[in-house]
Amino acid sequence: MTNATEVRTTAPDARAVAGAMARIAIEVAAPVADEVDRLGRFPSETIDALRAEYLLSAMVPPSLGGSGATVGQVSDGLVDLGRHCASSAMVVAMHHIQVASLVRHGRNDVLRHFLGELVAHQYLLGSATTEVGTGGDVGSSVCAVDMAGGTFHLEKQAPVISYGKFADGILATARRSADSPENDQVLVLCRPPGLVLEQVGEWNALGFRGTCSPGFVLKAHGDAASVLDDPYADISSQTMLPVAHILWSSLWLGIASSALELARRYVQSEARKRPGATPTAAPRLAEATAIHLQLTEMVRGAVHRYEEAEADPERLSALGFAIAMNTLKVSASTLVVDIVRQSMVICGIAAYRLEGPYSLGRHLRDSMGAAVMVNNDRIMGNNAQMLLVHRGE
Amino acid sequence: MDETIRQVLVEHGRLAVDADTISDQADLFASGMTSHASVNVMLAIEDAFDIEFSEKMLKKSTFESIAAIRSGVLEMAGE
Repeated sequence: MTNATEVRTTAPDARAVAGAMARIAIEVAAPVADEVDRLGRFPSETIDALRAEYLLSAMVPPSLGGSGATVGQVSDGLVDLGRHCASSAMVVAMHHIQVASLVRHGRNDVLRHFLGELVAHQYLLGSATTEVGTGGDVGSSVCAVDMAGGTFHLEKQAPVISYGKFADGILATARRSADSPENDQVLVLCRPPGLVLEQVGEWNALGFRGTCSPGFVLKAHGDAASVLDDPYADISSQTMLPVAHILWSSLWLGIASSALELARRYVQSEARKRPGATPTAAPRLAEATAIHLQLTEMVRGAVHRYEEAEADPERLSALGFAIAMNTLKVSASTLVVDIVRQSMVICGIAAYRLEGPYSLGRHLRDSMGAAVMVNNDRIMGNNAQMLLVHRGE
Repeated sequence: MDETIRQVLVEHGRLAVDADTISDQADLFASGMTSHASVNVMLAIEDAFDIEFSEKMLKKSTFESIAAIRSGVLEMAGE
């Protein structure tokens, strides 16, 4: 027996996670998605709704109080959230990427304890991996961790921290020490009261406007054990990068699914007006549907590939795996734009209008973000480099 | 063999320290070798010793130190 006022005290079963996310997407995120986009405001109601149902700890293992949901289960939920509010979905995806990294690579007592707190208080985690002065290369840092007497200090100029003002903790990359080269990085959990963010500039972007992602100067200090146990290079290749590419692709699939659904409805309404005459846009709908199926299967395939390799750090670190996960990001971010663009041509002026039931402006703007967040050209450059030595699978 | 490995590291490792004097066991990645540089090191090692590393050798740990590179080269040359 449940009712609306009951406060849940335990995490939902992992199998219920995607369904609960989908319900919140429809009931909470969808009604305010246009407003979130127009005003560029944080989708607080979506995050609060997820908190109320203990869904921010979906990926925390049951031994620490979470649901222990798989990447695939969260991926399913994000497809639905992406369908209704891509900004909400991006915030939630980024949060789960941080949680997944902490779960696998934060093994010390302090970080384990923090994960327990995260479950109890449903903390929202953000990320500060880019830095002013590194030219967009997240594999190198300028700032360094300063350790003294069991306490770390860190100051970082971050050009972007998504939902920085709304996060309860931020995982930041930094050089291991002042003497370390730029690529010897660690990942540090920064949290209040030892975390201060000074905002630099505003977030007024084409899409994903609700992620509220301006620049910040991050100043943090705290327990030395806030530094995750594994080097960032390992965290990145084994967890952060594959999980990010899968969860992002999932919400891009959501955007594409929503656009295609509108296109389908449009063509069907045209068909009803003149039964017997195939609408002009119907063949294009067939084409767009084929691309959508490609994208769907690509995301599913990547989830399967990840879950198969998940328990084996060697497999997660293999070149073939990295190339596949990079390819997923580049391909998915390209296909989502294709599908939205085709859907726009199908619906015509009705989609081009910023208002009305077939408007696709938000979809188009959000989808364009996919190729620029971790730039596709950089990722393909990395793949090109790896292919110089890859022996094939 | 060590001299050749060190020569490759001087030319392609882009280490933050002197590749001629770095210890046998020192972590090359912690000494500034990027993953990009490690690929170049690997290509140059393959050329220098006329070998081809197998798929299972293509991991970070194969190139993490001079000692590791040496044993990798010996393993591939022995096959």
